[in-house]
Amino acid sequence: MADVALRKVVKRYDDVEAVRGIDLDIADHEFIVLVGPSGCGKSTTLRMIAGLEDITDGDIMIGGDVVNDVPPKDRDIAMVFQNYALYPHMTVAENMSFGLRLKHYPKAEIKSRVTEAARLLDITDLIDRKPKQLSGGQRQRVAMGRAIVRNPKVFLFDEPLSNLDAKLRVQMRIEIKKVHQKVRTTTVYVTHDQVEAMTLADRVVVMNKGRIEQIGTPNELYHRPATRFVAGFIGSPAMNFLPCRLEDSGGTLQIRLTDRIAFALPPARAARYNSLPRTDKLLLGLRPEHLTEAHAHLGPGIETFDTVLDVTEPMGMETLVYFGLDGTPVCGRVDPNAGAKDGAPMRLAMDLNNMHLLNEATGVVL
Amino acid sequence: MSSVTIDKAAPTRTVKLGSMSRDRKWALRWSYFFLTLFAIFSLLPPIYMLITSLKSSAEISAATNPWWVFHPTLENYVGLLTSNQFLRFFLNSALVSIFVVTITMLISVPAAFALARMRFWGSATLATGVFLTYLIPDSLLFIPLFKVFAQFGDWTGIQLINRWYVLLFIYPTLTVPFCTWIMIGYFASIPKELDEAAIIDGASWFQTLTRIFIPVALPGLIAATIFAFTVSWAQFLYPLVFTTSTDQLVLPVGIITTLIKGDVFNWGQIMTGALLGAAPPLIIYAFLMDYYIAGLTAGATKG
Repeated sequence: MADVALRKVVKRYDDVEAVRGIDLDIADHEFIVLVGPSGCGKSTTLRMIAGLEDITDGDIMIGGDVVNDVPPKDRDIAMVFQNYALYPHMTVAENMSFGLRLKHYPKAEIKSRVTEAARLLDITDLIDRKPKQLSGGQRQRVAMGRAIVRNPKVFLFDEPLSNLDAKLRVQMRIEIKKVHQKVRTTTVYVTHDQVEAMTLADRVVVMNKGRIEQIGTPNELYHRPATRFVAGFIGSPAMNFLPCRLEDSGGTLQIRLTDRIAFALPPARAARYNSLPRTDKLLLGLRPEHLTEAHAHLGPGIETFDTVLDVTEPMGMETLVYFGLDGTPVCGRVDPNAGAKDGAPMRLAMDLNNMHLLNEATGVVL
Repeated sequence: MSSVTIDKAAPTRTVKLGSMSRDRKWALRWSYFFLTLFAIFSLLPPIYMLITSLKSSAEISAATNPWWVFHPTLENYVGLLTSNQFLRFFLNSALVSIFVVTITMLISVPAAFALARMRFWGSATLATGVFLTYLIPDSLLFIPLFKVFAQFGDWTGIQLINRWYVLLFIYPTLTVPFCTWIMIGYFASIPKELDEAAIIDGASWFQTLTRIFIPVALPGLIAATIFAFTVSWAQFLYPLVFTTSTDQLVLPVGIITTLIKGDVFNWGQIMTGALLGAAPPLIIYAFLMDYYIAGLTAGATKG
C-alpha cells in the first residue's frame, strides 16, 4: 500500500489539453473519488496513474517513487474497468489468478488468495464459471476480485458501476465500501455520478475542463463549495442560483432578488458579506432543502415569500416544487403534506442561514 | 402487429395472423426457393463428378443417360489410389498446404495484432497497404514472380523453380494479406480494455497475444486457416507455372497434366481425382465449422 502524488500533471493530445496541470496528494489507505462531467479529464488522470496513458508533463509518484516511465505492470496497481474486461475464455478463478500466474506465484499461494478474495466478494460458488454465465453484478465482483488477489499498492476504478442498473449500483456501491474497509488499499475511483462520489469517498476531487475545481470531504464540498461549478455539480436536485444584488437598507444589509423581493441578511451573513462592493452582480446559491414550506414560527434568517408553483414532483418522503423567480427557474423541497399542487399558489420559506453568495462573473463562492 | 378479437360471450380467443407473420412467411418461401435453386446449381457439378467417377470409360463414351450409372465400378478409384503418381500429387498438395497454412498463420497473426493494437507510426497506412497487395490478381503477378525466382537461381545457384517447395514462398503472397486483414478485423473487435487489463496484470505484448487475443479470436483464426488452406489446396496457376516435373506437381495440376494425354481425356479418372481432391477441404470445413460458429467473445464485457 502506498500514497500517490500528482505534481503539475499535464496530458495533451495534439492540440487538445485534456488534463491541465493538476496537483493531488492521496494518502495511504485513502479512498479518493475523481468526479466530474464527461470530458473533464478524470478518466485520463486515472489512466495516467495506471500507466495506460503517457503523461505530457509533470510527475506521478506512487509510494514516493516517480513512475512516469514505469510500465503499468511494474507500478503495482490493479484496475477495474467500466465494462469489466474479463477474459471471456477463462473461468472466474482463472480470470482472478491470471496476473499471479504470469508472475509465477506458487500454486498454493494462488489458490489461497483466490479463495480468500472469492469469499470476501461472495463469489465462491461461481469460481468455475465463465464470464458469459454471470450477471452484470457478478462480473463486476469478479473484476474486483481480479484486482484484490494481486494485493496491489493502489486500486484504480474506472466508472465500475456505470453499466449496472440503478438498484444493483446501490448494492455494489455498498460492497465496494465494505471491501475497502476490509482491505484498506489506497483507492482512486472515477465516476460521473456525484451520489457515488459522495457516498464512497474519504475525499472527493471535483474536476472540470481538465482542472481540479475543489478537493474536500463530501460534507465540505456540499456545505462549503468553492466555485459555482462545484456548488451546482454536487447535490441533487442541484443548487439554485438566483441573480441578486446587495443593498444597504436602514443600517442593515439586504439582498435584493427581484424588484418586489428583498430580504435582510441574518447577522452572521451580513458581517461576512458587508465588505463586498454593492455594485457587483451576484448570485444567491440556495439548495432546494433550504427552500421549504413556510411555517408559523420563523427562526432568524428565515424569510417567506409567495409564489405560484409550476410543477410539483412527489418523491414520497418529500415533494419537489418548481417555480420561477423573475424568470429564473427554482426548485424547492417541501413536506409531502404541505399541500403543494401544480399551478397552485404557495407560501415558501428561504433559509438564508445556509445561503451562498457567488460572484456571477468569476463563479467564485464568496 | 397481430389483431386480437375477443368474443365476450365465450372465453375463447381467435388470434389472426397479422401482417408481420404473413410477411415473414413470404420471406421464408422466397428464401427457400432461392436457396434450393442455389443448392441445385452448386451441387450439380459434384454430383456429376460422382456419377462419372463410378463409370467405366466405355460407359462414359456410350450414348446413354449421363445422369445414371448402369454398371457401377470402382476401377477409377482403384486405379488412382494404387498409382504412385497420384499419391505423390496428393502428398505434395498436403505438404504445400500444411506448410503454407503454418507460415501464413505465423506471419499474419502477429502482423494483425501489431497493426490492430500496437499503435505505431504508419500502422493505419500499412494495414491498408497489406490489403491492397491482395487486390493484385495472380495472373498479373506470376510472370514477375517467375523472373524473380529465375534470377534468384542465377545469382545464388539455388534452383527453386520446378521444386514443390517454391510454392511455399509464393502462396503466402496470396494468403498472408487476406488472413492478416481478417485477423485485423477480429482483433479490432476485441474490447480495448481486455488488453489493458492484461497489461496491468503484467502480461507482455506477446503474452497478451498468445494468452488473450488468440483464444478470444479463435473463430477468426479458424476462418483464416480455412481460407489459407483452401487457397493453397486449390491454387492452379502458380503450380502450373512454377512446377513441371511429374514428381513435383500438386494435385490440381497433376490431374490435368497426367490424365489428359494429347486430346485423350481420361474422364473417369479426372472426375475421381477431382472428387478425391475435394475431400480434404470438405473434411476440414466439417471439423472446424463448430468452432467457427461458436462466438467466443460473449461475456468479456457488458452485453
